Amino acid sequence: MISLAQGKENPPAAKSLGEMEVAVSRILRIGVLTSTAIIAFGLFLLFLHDGLAVAHVSQILHSPPSTPTYPATLGELLRESARGNPAAIIAFGLVLLIATPALRVAATVFLFLREGDRLYAAITLIVLVVLMLSFFLGEAGF
Amino acid sequence: MSGIAFVLVTFLSSVLAGIIGALLGLGGGVVMVPVLTLFMGVHIYYAIGASIVSVIATSSGAAVAYVRDRLTNLRVGMLLEMATTTGAIAGALLIGIVNPRWLFVIFGLVLLYSAVQMFQKRKEELPPPVEPDKFTRRFRLRGSYYDHALGREVTYEPTHVAYAFPAMFGTGLISGLLGIGSGAFKVLAMDLIMRLPIKVSSATSNFMIGVTAAASAEIYFLRGYIEPFVAAPVALGVLVGAFLGTRIMVRIRGVALRYLFVSVLAILALQMLARGIWG
Repeated sequence: MISLAQGKENPPAAKSLGEMEVAVSRILRIGVLTSTAIIAFGLFLLFLHDGLAVAHVSQILHSPPSTPTYPATLGELLRESARGNPAAIIAFGLVLLIATPALRVAATVFLFLREGDRLYAAITLIVLVVLMLSFFLGEAGF
Repeated sequence: MSGIAFVLVTFLSSVLAGIIGALLGLGGGVVMVPVLTLFMGVHIYYAIGASIVSVIATSSGAAVAYVRDRLTNLRVGMLLEMATTTGAIAGALLIGIVNPRWLFVIFGLVLLYSAVQMFQKRKEELPPPVEPDKFTRRFRLRGSYYDHALGREVTYEPTHVAYAFPAMFGTGLISGLLGIGSGAFKVLAMDLIMRLPIKVSSATSNFMIGVTAAASAEIYFLRGYIEPFVAAPVALGVLVGAFLGTRIMVRIRGVALRYLFVSVLAILALQMLARGIWG
């Protein structure tokens, strides 16, 4: 039902849910800002490195990917990033960015639990499990 | 094209993609894929990888503002996300079994039809009151937000959730199968089936697409589709755009949002039909 009331009909449950969502979104913001900073830094290094040479551009862009231009395992990615490899640093920032929605879902499970909302804690947990399942299917080569 | 020009053009078009994506609950692939492939000559695989990054950047970039403005209905999002993520896995398993070209044509036509339906309700600022739904009560899906454009609190209650569930499984299926974010289908299901206010549909879809995309992003990353040189300016541009989009969302009228959505829907439908017909 649409009501014109000035916020009087806000159920208390929804309000506390709102507060905890803000807490989750703060975690999310830290993740987003950190990944942004890392990606920007990597792009800056790439620019210093080879001045974003024309040859580099056409080489990357016009051929389909055969092997990734970055290390695809997390360990390698960290090692290469520590050595100052710009592509690895950017890729690391991207991995962090890609992980933010999964982190958000995981944090939401705990927050629903803290609210005593078992129904939605269970629903969110199912989403998290399906998400993890898709990660494993990805590893398995689907 | 020189490297610096490439980065600048990609960044600027990503800002646009981020604004449109955040406003309409889409991932921005509708802007990024044609700009990267047709205009910049980027290989389609890298364009797909970049649009996956764009989806997540839009979603995470807009999240804080939409949660604070109470536009995201977290319960609706989580409930439907069960169907979407399961559908996405089913879709990924069907790759190679179903011919994607037919699907692009079929879903292109579905989008075109939906665009017409959406156009017919273009004057609708907020959905009319609905009959209370048992499912909605059981799952406590009612919500409210303060609409700055209307200057008042809006309370709403979704309906037909039981029908939206299979529809969301379908959107997950096609996003897994076709490698598209399918944010447009999510907004349509929430708008046309569940009758949510357009801003809530948009913001809730915005939350959902991030989770769905994260499910397939890892596969694309391992296959080398997410090229740092392309994805870096895309991620940065989209994050800036998504932030700007959330600022516009607060002020914009639902009706204006509908006009924008119908236009983008028509473009998206034509893109999908083109990919289905010409490969």
